[in-house]
This record gives sequence, structure tokens and C-alpha cells, in this order.
Amino acid sequence: MPLVYAGVCSHAPGITGRKDRADPEARDALYCAFDQMREDIVASGAEALVVIAAEHFANFFMNNMPSFAVGMADFYDGPIEDAGWLGIETFRAPGNRDLSRRLITEVMQTVDVAYAEEWKFDHGIAVPLHFLTPEFDLPVIPVNVNCQGPPLAPLPRAWAFGEALRRAADSVPEKVALVGTGGISHWPATPDSGKINEPWDRDFLDRWCANDKDRLLDYDDLTVYADAGQGGFEIRTFIAISAAANGAKGTVHFYTPIPIFAVGCTIASYKL
Amino acid sequence: MSLYYVQKFLFELNRDPRVQEAYRSDRTASLADYELTTEEVEALTQPDIGLLYHLGVNGQILMHFAAFHQIEWQDYLQRMRDGIATYGPVREGVYATTGYEGTEAHAASLGQSEGER
Repeated sequence: MPLVYAGVCSHAPGITGRKDRADPEARDALYCAFDQMREDIVASGAEALVVIAAEHFANFFMNNMPSFAVGMADFYDGPIEDAGWLGIETFRAPGNRDLSRRLITEVMQTVDVAYAEEWKFDHGIAVPLHFLTPEFDLPVIPVNVNCQGPPLAPLPRAWAFGEALRRAADSVPEKVALVGTGGISHWPATPDSGKINEPWDRDFLDRWCANDKDRLLDYDDLTVYADAGQGGFEIRTFIAISAAANGAKGTVHFYTPIPIFAVGCTIASYKL
Repeated sequence: MSLYYVQKFLFELNRDPRVQEAYRSDRTASLADYELTTEEVEALTQPDIGLLYHLGVNGQILMHFAAFHQIEWQDYLQRMRDGIATYGPVREGVYATTGYEGTEAHAASLGQSEGER
């Protein structure tokens, strides 16, 4: 079936872990936007949720770091962080090993992707799932793009990976929803945590909504690091979604910098 | 200097209860299998969050180590700032990519004031 949903959302651990310290109005508006995203995914009839995340050394480390990886298991446990620290209780999310295998096989036609039959979710996936499938009743397939340990895959490779995921999703009979998670500009877990470059974010989101490939790929890591922090490297997940949207145009449903969450909180989707 | 092994230890501590137990029972002994300098061992055993940040440990790894030690979030951030003030800019790793002179200089480079954070 053709891909039924493509969107992006933030995944910062503070969204759940430091919710009591945020401006209530901004936090509640974000939570409402997450609720709407969940309703949109449900309305799409999705039978599996593929989450493209930028995990943070929960499963992959510099001893053997894949640029791209896809989970291939029947279940995934999380969160790897302390449940109290993250504000999300321990859970087991259902997977779909067979579907994963078929998706991976198709992706491999054009992209050398690693697969993993074990995967512990960190906040990069746990926070989105907390809002998007709170009962854990939708099979999840985790996908990772290395955005943490340079050298990182060049942006055109993230685009090619998104194209491959779209081709794979379209090739299976199941209805697949695709969600990318990450930050735009942010400096998470550093002395600059809470800093957000809003103009940079808004310019990036303009490019994302226009699905302007040339402008989305017109970044280099040195300037991204200078302007948007190491968290900015996670634009790879957003760019993969753009590629998967195959020319569709996007809408930003929510964007508000929330410093205690350490990111400009974002919910956006493409009209497929 | 062996930033890789400092981070490797913290990566394993963050995800493996057995490593956590070993660290709790004898911090120095739990580091025996890692290629670490004396400075790195001291940073990990005290623990000295500011020194670990100065050495280049990625915050996505370091924040969990701080939480493991029950260091509150704002205190964690301040310890890293103090580490930069005490030991100097980050030596190695992703944060040393373009140099780093502290939060104030960084805010100025982005045309922001500290109060905007």
C-alpha cells in the first residue's frame, strides 16, 4: 500500500521528564499537537509505525556505528533511561519482525542498512511513542540514523535512505506510517542546553514544508554545528522524511521554543 | 588520553545493570578493563562531571551518568559550565569541532543574550 502518513516530531527527554518545569500553556499546546498527530495516524489506518530516530548511544556506539539501521524484532523494550528521570514507565512495544524483514530487504536494494534483532528504545523513540501509541497497540519498527558520533552520513545519503524507505513502504501490503523524530537547532545535555536558534529553525521548516531538496541538502555539518548545535545534526531524520514524502508539501502544526525542553518543539506533517 | 574508552565505560554503565553494580561496589576496580589515564579514572570515580565534559564526553552519555549519581538537571548543567571555567575548552570530540569558549561567548556568536536561553 502507498505510504499513509509522513510527519516529524520532537523527542527531547524533557518533554516528559521535565514537564512540570515548563510553561504550562506552551506544554499543553504541545501535548495537544501530539494528540492531533496521534489521531491523524490512527485516521490514516496505519498498521505499522516506522519511527526514524536519532538515538543517543542506547544501542549503537563508536565500536560499530552504522549510519543507518532498522529494527527487526517482534518486541522492543524501553525506556533505557531511568523511568523516573524520563517520566515514562517501563514498557514493551510490539514490533513486526516479518514486516521489518521485507522493508529491510527492499531498502537494501539501494542503501546499505544495518539491521538489529535487539533494540532498547531511548527517549528518541520512547517520547514519541508515549504520545503516538500510548497503549502500545500499534506495531513499531525503529529506524536509526547516526546523528551523534561523527563521521555522519552526508545529507544526500539521508535523502537516499528516505527514498528507499518510501519505496519499501509502498511495496508491502500493510499500511505504513512514517514519523521522523529529532530536534532542529538545539544543544542538548550540554552547558548550552536550553539555547534554541529560532530563526534557523523557522528557515529550516520553510525548506521542509516546501520539500525543497536542494535547499534541504544545502547544509554542512560545520555550519550546522555552529548555528544549530550538535542537536542540529538530527535534521537527517527530518530530511529522510522529506525524501519519503516524494514531493509532497508539508505543514507545521506546532512550533514553539520551550527552553526547559531544550528544543524548539515541533510537530509537522506532509500531505501525501 | 582515551576519550573513546571513557565513553565506552559510560555507555556500558548506562545500559547494563551489572556494570552499575560493579561500579557501586568498587568504582576503581570496575574501570580495570578500560584503557584510561589517571586523570580519567579520577574523573569517573569522583565523579567530576565538569572534567568529563572538558575531556569531551558526549552529553547524551554524560547526562545519564549524572542522573545515575542523582545529580539534579540544573546542577548537571552548572557542573559542566564550571568544568569549562576550571579546565578550559573541551579538548576532544564533537564539542571541540569548532572550539568552545563558554555559554556567554557562544550566545554572543548567535546574536543572543544569555537571558534568552
